Amino acid sequence: MLELRDITAGYDRREPVVRGASLTVAPGEAVGLLGPSGCGKSTLAKVAALLHRPAAGQVVIDGEPVNGWRHAAPRTLRTAVGVVFQQPRLSADPRLRLRELIAEPLRAVGRSRAEAAARALETAEAVGLTGELLGRRPHEVSDGQLQRACLARALVLRPSWLVCDEMTAMLDASTTAALVNVVEDYRREHRAGLLAVGHDRVLLDRWCDRTVEWSRIAQA
Amino acid sequence: MADLAWKSQGRTRRSTRTVRVAVSTVSTVTVAAVALAVLLVPPLVQLDQQAVDLSMKLRPPSLAHPFGTDDVGRDLLLRCVYGLRVSLLVGLVAALAATVIGTVVGAAAAVSGGWTDRALMRLVDTFSSVPHLLLGIFVVAMFRPGVWPVIVSVALTHWLSTARIVRSEVLSLRSRPYIDAAISGGATRWRVAARHLLPGVLPQAGLAAVLMVPHAMWHESALSFLGLGLPTHQASLGNLVQSARGSLLAGDWWPTLFPGLFLIIPTLAVAGLAGAWRERLNPRRRSELML
Repeated sequence: MLELRDITAGYDRREPVVRGASLTVAPGEAVGLLGPSGCGKSTLAKVAALLHRPAAGQVVIDGEPVNGWRHAAPRTLRTAVGVVFQQPRLSADPRLRLRELIAEPLRAVGRSRAEAAARALETAEAVGLTGELLGRRPHEVSDGQLQRACLARALVLRPSWLVCDEMTAMLDASTTAALVNVVEDYRREHRAGLLAVGHDRVLLDRWCDRTVEWSRIAQA
Repeated sequence: MADLAWKSQGRTRRSTRTVRVAVSTVSTVTVAAVALAVLLVPPLVQLDQQAVDLSMKLRPPSLAHPFGTDDVGRDLLLRCVYGLRVSLLVGLVAALAATVIGTVVGAAAAVSGGWTDRALMRLVDTFSSVPHLLLGIFVVAMFRPGVWPVIVSVALTHWLSTARIVRSEVLSLRSRPYIDAAISGGATRWRVAARHLLPGVLPQAGLAAVLMVPHAMWHESALSFLGLGLPTHQASLGNLVQSARGSLLAGDWWPTLFPGLFLIIPTLAVAGLAGAWRERLNPRRRSELML
């Protein structure tokens, strides 16, 4: 279980943007979180991915409460939650080729160069990236292709949970469908949980097992 | 109308591009010539730059002495090349040292944040509030004249701007989502720094270092001109100008002009090169240039 209990979070000393939000994602379950822009759902997504320390509340993964955030979170917990952001341009290091971008998490957890390359290639193929594209840098590919690479990077360590923060907001309909299918295949194969954050009710309703409104899980 | 506008725009673009290519070509050739001269002339030309010939003192430029001779009859062309060699060495080492100090301080400030950041940046402000030539004079005054005091003096007074540049660059890179993605992918602090932050900062720091080389050369010259830099017998561009000061008033222009040109021309060439480099800094621009 990925549990968010009564999370309050914000930035610096300003008013918190998330107040008392609670949400649970079971293994294998797909939960859609629906909310207007600016309501704090991206902040909650970052909390769920252990990338932002909440001011109050608890994140519990498989019964284990999380105490550290960002670098201070144990690596096994951090890598257990994969994350895809809204803007592929900002989520990819402009210096890395797509091949390196996808292999980066494997290298970061200490896999050998050869093993990382092989698994990156496998994952790239699963998201629909092949051949010459993998040798290009982020500015040489389209938003859709780059977002595929970012999804591959999130999946390459086989996380038990996946947080997609407006993953398809910048993409056209066919790429959206393709990426949703990739996530669904992965989820079925690995019994992974999904937290899909977005503002598109039609998409989230069709994609997820259940969709919750922001106003239902958090205080205004 | 629209067609005309398009045409004129095309022409300006082409001409600015031609100028840019010309500037970068001339700069490259000049820098290469300077490098060849300082590297090859001393081992290949078996002439003593210190050779005094009082019968030949203060001769204007001629075929035998293209830059003329100085007040004790030494060949000025040879003295200039040796002087450039020393000045360039001081400039390179000092600029490199200043860049390393600046990068380390700037990165440390940005990464640690909080009190460390504030303390380091106030240190930078404090150093910046004193005129840096004055500070440099204090440093060299503590030692016997020589190459190393000058290098230390220039390095210690020139890391400040690099520290500021590196700090702000690291701060801006650190908040990018790809750093979040790297952390989520299991990267340690060190890996994030080595793989994502440092490569992002190095081109900027490198550019600052290159631009600092001529600046450091000028400082060496200024210190030597004031009699605080290198010992007077050692040819450096500053020393050459300094010793020529007297003869300039007597109407002998060549002992001042040529060392001065040796200082100015490499400076302009390095500036031109750095401009071209700045163009190529960002990866997007790089691939456009390849096309």
